[in-house]
Amino acid sequence: MRFEILVEVRLRPGVADPEGSTIERALSALGFKGVEHLRVGKAFRFEVDAPDEASAVALGSEVTDRLLANPVIEESEVTARPTSKSTSKTRHTTRVEPMTGSTSLGKSG
Amino acid sequence: MGKRVGVVVFPGTNCEHDVCRALEGLGARPELLWHGARTIGDVDAIVLPGGFAHGDYLRPGAIARFSPLMEGVSRFAREGGPVVGICNGFQVLTEAGMLPGALQKNSGLRFICAPVDLEVVTSRSVITSGSEPGTKLRIPVNHFEGNYTCDAETLAKLRDDDRIILRYLHNPNGSVDAIAGVCNEGRNVVGLMPHPERASDPLLGSTDGLVLLRSFLEAADRGASVAV
Repeated sequence: MRFEILVEVRLRPGVADPEGSTIERALSALGFKGVEHLRVGKAFRFEVDAPDEASAVALGSEVTDRLLANPVIEESEVTARPTSKSTSKTRHTTRVEPMTGSTSLGKSG
Repeated sequence: MGKRVGVVVFPGTNCEHDVCRALEGLGARPELLWHGARTIGDVDAIVLPGGFAHGDYLRPGAIARFSPLMEGVSRFAREGGPVVGICNGFQVLTEAGMLPGALQKNSGLRFICAPVDLEVVTSRSVITSGSEPGTKLRIPVNHFEGNYTCDAETLAKLRDDDRIILRYLHNPNGSVDAIAGVCNEGRNVVGLMPHPERASDPLLGSTDGLVLLRSFLEAADRGASVAV
């Protein structure tokens, strides 16, 4: 089956987001009171072939862990839906890998 | 005979010739290493210079870390070979997991191109071995994403292990603990945002980068990381 994957990547809570803070202040200046906790992120959309939705999400998560997000500062959410029919959501948060000085090239290392 | 220093070139790297010139001035024999090559060849040290590898697309260094050459760089580092990442090279090394932390957008959301004042924090790294702690250096930075970030646990570990090698005297970019450079556990892999090659000639306004590059070449001469 063909699935459309949506990956949303944003800075982890606690990581300063100066761009988000600036936009939040701008909205406040424009009169949008009460807009809070604004975080800037990135969205990636792509299509994959997978036997079912869980597999599509798993593939999207692997792509995200490997390249799209940096777990040191970012978290992510992966959603998959068939390109034609129903939609459903599955949450996925990348695990934070221990940060050491050891050398590695991730899964290829 | 000067030491052979591999200077890694990714598509978008733009400081490789400056680094080569500075190293040549110190008697080294730099050679450019194309990122697509399978091996690093017979080099004594490796520099990942500044620039915008792959246009900084996705995140600085995020794509460059998967270049074929990086396997060899990683192996060289594991064996104790001296490796320094300058600016974009620092970003590549953090993305590759060879150095802890990450570099995000400057807190002021401005590209900063200016000389900055630095303090050497420790002599225990391949680029600071020739400088006493507390030594002040004036070296330019040139970056939009130089805001060093790591979690509290990592920061505590970096402090405890004496692995913060350079700090800004006047933090220009919001880096945690004013960190301008760190090293790995072996102290042979170093990343720093300031460009020592841009402070390597009186014509450039400062020669303070030379002490760092000279230490780096001495480490190459020893063929191993600094004794700690």
